[in-house]
Amino acid sequence: MADVATAQMNRTDQSWFADQVAKLLPDLYGGAIRLCRDRTDGEDLVAETVAKAWEALPGLRTRDAFRGWIFRILTNTYISQYRSSRAQGDVDSLDADGEAFSLFEHVHQPILLWWGNPEQDFLNGLLREDLVQAIDQLPDTLRTVVVLVDVQALSYREAAVAMGVPIGTVRSRLARARSQLQKTLWDDAHDAGIRTRQSPSQREEKPDDRD
Amino acid sequence: MTGTEINSCTEALRLLAAHLDGELGGHAHSEMERHLRTCRSCFSRAEFEARLKASIAGLAQEPVPPELSQRVHTLLREFTVAGGD
Ligand SMILES: [Zn+2]
Repeated sequence: MADVATAQMNRTDQSWFADQVAKLLPDLYGGAIRLCRDRTDGEDLVAETVAKAWEALPGLRTRDAFRGWIFRILTNTYISQYRSSRAQGDVDSLDADGEAFSLFEHVHQPILLWWGNPEQDFLNGLLREDLVQAIDQLPDTLRTVVVLVDVQALSYREAAVAMGVPIGTVRSRLARARSQLQKTLWDDAHDAGIRTRQSPSQREEKPDDRD
Repeated sequence: MTGTEINSCTEALRLLAAHLDGELGGHAHSEMERHLRTCRSCFSRAEFEARLKASIAGLAQEPVPPELSQRVHTLLREFTVAGGD
């Protein structure tokens, strides 16, 4: 009898696990691609993560924690197998290099305000590809925290557990990651010249690209 | 951070990221909400950061290629067969 009960429990767990994995597959793949910056590596990482998660399933405390738990496995697998050793510089010992960069403060310029809403314009003009490239340019440790917290919406605690660091480190890495990310977005937009408005003298000549 | 009032924009901006990440506890959270209701400048900043964050969160999912679906499906079936005895 006990064996039957165990087998049934297992089967329930198994099909529950399969359902969860199926449901989260696009998220896991999305996270894996952003971490690896490569589709093939991303696929391998997801497959390895699923295999490891299956083995570790008895250690999952509550089903509600599944998402954070499987992303922890994905992150650990990435760190141990895919992250180049060169990339693991001790970023936390570096002091924040000067002031944090604020995209808002750069976009939100009084001279532009009467002309429209530069912040909205900037955000509306941001393409998925712009964001992907900006994230890809982050150093490994900072990219990891952005992928976990900003892309995959893990809590600070879940991200801390996933990366094996204190919550304070998650906070400081996040701040630095976002500062760098915003600077990249700004620099790229600036280089492309598409989201920076013309100088005031040029502006009068081009009144009609609103709406 | 308990019991503090947010009386300056500097303080509000310091806590903004944690606020938008849903990481501020009860009192700090309501203090932040209060500040954002009454401070137009921080409100605009918060709105901008929130929208940017939402755009980044839009990258969460990636269409799964059929080979990967198949691979995971095969893995799961192997486990189920092996573990079902
Ligand atoms: Zn303010």
